[in-house]
Amino acid sequence: MKVLVPVKRVIDYNVKARVKSDQTGVDLANVKMSMNPFDEIAVEEAVRLRDGKDHHAAGTATEIVVVSIGVTQAQETIRTALAMGADRGILIQSDADLEPLAVAKLLKAVVEEEKPDLILMGKQSIDGDNNAVGQMLAALLDWPQATFAGKLVIADGTATVTREVDGGLQTLAAKLPAVVTVDLRLNTPRYASLPNIMKAKKKEIAMKAVADYGVDVADRLKVLKVTEPPKRSAGITVADAAELVSKLKTAGVL
Amino acid sequence: MAVLVIADRDGDTVRDTTHKTVTAALALSGDVDVLVLGEGSKAAADAAAKIKGVRKVLQADSPALGHQLAEAVAATVVALAPGYDAILSPATTDGKNFMPRIAAALDVAPISDIIEVVSADTFVRPIYAGNALETVQSSDGKKVITVRPTAFTAAEEGGSATVEAAKVVDAGRSAGFVSEEMVKSDRPELGAARIVVSGGRALGSAEEFHAVMDPLADKLGAAVGASRAAVDAGYAPNDYQVGQTGKVVAPALYIAIGISGAIQHLAGMKDSKIIVAINKDPDAPIFQVADFGLVADYKVAIPELMTALG
Repeated sequence: MKVLVPVKRVIDYNVKARVKSDQTGVDLANVKMSMNPFDEIAVEEAVRLRDGKDHHAAGTATEIVVVSIGVTQAQETIRTALAMGADRGILIQSDADLEPLAVAKLLKAVVEEEKPDLILMGKQSIDGDNNAVGQMLAALLDWPQATFAGKLVIADGTATVTREVDGGLQTLAAKLPAVVTVDLRLNTPRYASLPNIMKAKKKEIAMKAVADYGVDVADRLKVLKVTEPPKRSAGITVADAAELVSKLKTAGVL
Repeated sequence: MAVLVIADRDGDTVRDTTHKTVTAALALSGDVDVLVLGEGSKAAADAAAKIKGVRKVLQADSPALGHQLAEAVAATVVALAPGYDAILSPATTDGKNFMPRIAAALDVAPISDIIEVVSADTFVRPIYAGNALETVQSSDGKKVITVRPTAFTAAEEGGSATVEAAKVVDAGRSAGFVSEEMVKSDRPELGAARIVVSGGRALGSAEEFHAVMDPLADKLGAAVGASRAAVDAGYAPNDYQVGQTGKVVAPALYIAIGISGAIQHLAGMKDSKIIVAINKDPDAPIFQVADFGLVADYKVAIPELMTALG
């Protein structure tokens, strides 16, 4: 089974995003960038599918291809995935921050070339927070989708996915090929070891351009402004539970 | 311009997330229809027809739509799309699952999780875990939008829309439903509760989490939430999680117990009307957003709070 894992270079999870004073976006200059955390979970699961870990039999995945769409430095993000254990990478270079629809169209073109059996990807990126590309890619391919995976089992050409949904868990079965988007609790991604980081340097990254795929990537949404959310200010400190209850009664919420 | 709202069905009724999405839809157009999906959904369709401002309710009655699976919902909604300029759904896990699929099938850029309707083509939505708000203008002829329910007031009851059958369209290759495990609770739903009490990693174990949180929630008639740290540690089930990656809540009163206040948690509760923080660490970031802070060990504070509540 061949697995395709799309990954995105985003602001590091631990860095607080700051809005630019001219309201054109979030300031990414000199900010630490990393692989989108949900994508790391997808890479980790793909590697477990190949190497045999948890309930996965070794060899369930035979090849793991990582694809990213972004600036030249997104090669580092792909290298991180290769150091975690992915086999090779593809970077579609784009200086523009493409919308989910354009990303889904490009990924569809990659799928047509690579012919994977499973697409494993993060449920959303922590910058745009759209939570859309996996579902859109599944629609464009007319493949089944299973989003927000907390558990994945591959057997007999079927992905059985336990999804984290409002109110509990839902399990779906999708015949491959299928798109699975992953949630936080699927696994805990590994840190790449030094030998694996060295090995990853020798793995292949194919450099492509958006134009190579001949798809329409024009923006449909115009960002008019990006602003800071209204700030809450700290209130008062109460001495004990009794004072708290009396304040809450005065505020009319008890 | 006409707008279609996809209802968030709950058995024989619809959740108030539907009413809130109708409010967002009415900001776009006076012609708002509601689509209710699923087998045996007549009662739920009748409930939707009572929402004030709704023009008509479409009921798509089919076993294929029973679990709101994305492939089936998308096929039926795409067939209805020519009659509408915008399609809205609450940003529930169901809505987040099927709306982008609908958008791609219509070659439209989805607009996720809006918190404000500026005009018929311009919307405000949070990005970067709520650390920034983006105002976007859509150039698509049709808009496909998910609505953050906590950002809108619920449309009132008192309508009397007609109910019509909608054509159910077969989907192509689809995932199939296997099973579900829904958490049963007599407490109010987390997303809709007037009061939410949330516990963090300080509680130390699943037993302690329930021993502390459950009686307090019952006394206040509150829903129970948890921080991501508490959920990851296994103290609380995943659907308790409040935060950017979990549920976004905005109750009248939010009480955070033993929660430090990571950015990702704050993004899920900072729109609550009154926030109370109880934490023994006076430097915990949660105090910076709290209206009332109590610096105390929960082991002392919660029993005292129970007594003070009477």
